[in-house]
Amino acid sequence: MSKANLLDRRKVVASLLADRKDAIAIGGLGASTYDIAAAGDHDRNFYLWGAMGGAVMIGLGVALAQPKLPVVVITGDGEMLMGMGSLATVGLQKPGNLTIVVLDNEAYGETGGQASHTAAGADLVGVAKACGIAKVSSMTTMAEVEAFASSLQDVSAGPRFASVKIDAANLERALSNRDGTFIVNRIRGSLGFKPI
Amino acid sequence: MHARADATPEVLPTWPEDIFAILQRFDVRQVPYVPDAGHSQLIDRVLGEPSMRAVPLTTEEEGVALLAGAWAGGQRGVLLMQSSGVGNCINMFSLTQIFRLPFLTLVTMRGEWGEFNPWQVPMGSSTQAVFELSGIKVLRASRADEVHDVVEAAAGQAYNACTPTAVLLSQRLIGAKVFTK
Repeated sequence: MSKANLLDRRKVVASLLADRKDAIAIGGLGASTYDIAAAGDHDRNFYLWGAMGGAVMIGLGVALAQPKLPVVVITGDGEMLMGMGSLATVGLQKPGNLTIVVLDNEAYGETGGQASHTAAGADLVGVAKACGIAKVSSMTTMAEVEAFASSLQDVSAGPRFASVKIDAANLERALSNRDGTFIVNRIRGSLGFKPI
Repeated sequence: MHARADATPEVLPTWPEDIFAILQRFDVRQVPYVPDAGHSQLIDRVLGEPSMRAVPLTTEEEGVALLAGAWAGGQRGVLLMQSSGVGNCINMFSLTQIFRLPFLTLVTMRGEWGEFNPWQVPMGSSTQAVFELSGIKVLRASRADEVHDVVEAAAGQAYNACTPTAVLLSQRLIGAKVFTK
């Protein structure tokens, strides 16, 4: 299972969010949400503790509502596989400010490390491209991740899709807030919306 | 899917216009949908309205997630689907409670009132119960002259009181799909 040169997921996410500025970050159910929390709590972090398969669509809804802000969805391969149709929906809408990053460890880490379809060759980058997302990439070095992180700020050049093959090590959970109304209302507040 | 009727009626019904006007008045901006013949007139209006973003989906639960994102980003939306799509949404309906979403969906009914296709009946029969078990209030319109009031009430409680609400548009209102003459 262990392969050479796989990246550390926490370092990848920390790098993606290090200079995020006004970006809104959505973390898919499971370890991706912990990775975002580990990079530092933020008013514009959208943590998901459920809704498997919904991360990209939540990102699309935010991106269409806030076209001038960078929106980045950071999720895992299993979560992405469950919502693969949403890549076709994004390919149709083509929001310039939306970026999707899949942290691919080829396994369902949260449930015992069972192999996911990407372990057998399912190609999420190929799927994204075939769905009409023109800017796709597969990143294998931290230098590529760092360069990609600055590109997120260009809200007219997306949508982008990137896959990062990461180490399958099961890291200690970094628990984020899990009260949905708090999470959403905090984001809304940071955008200037008042409670109803 | 519920295809367009073979023969387009000479005079289009006015209730889809009533719905469109209500959506405009409530400043609805994102309109995710899986197409249905019963919604075709409304979808056409949305596609022609610059202030609204029509978002065709591959499956209905995408729309629930989209509307959660829209709300976080400060916009209202409405999900258009037919009754068979409601079952596809069940887990994603969790978001309506978790986020206390101002969630509104308009559902054209199949599997009732003169249905020809038996495959539509099981989901059509459980549509209302699925919503209610998911914590979503259900209102129903069965006559053209009540659509306006029902949709207005639904939009009001969804958007003003963050009470997730579904409106069932009866097959009696839309007309059963004709398979054979």
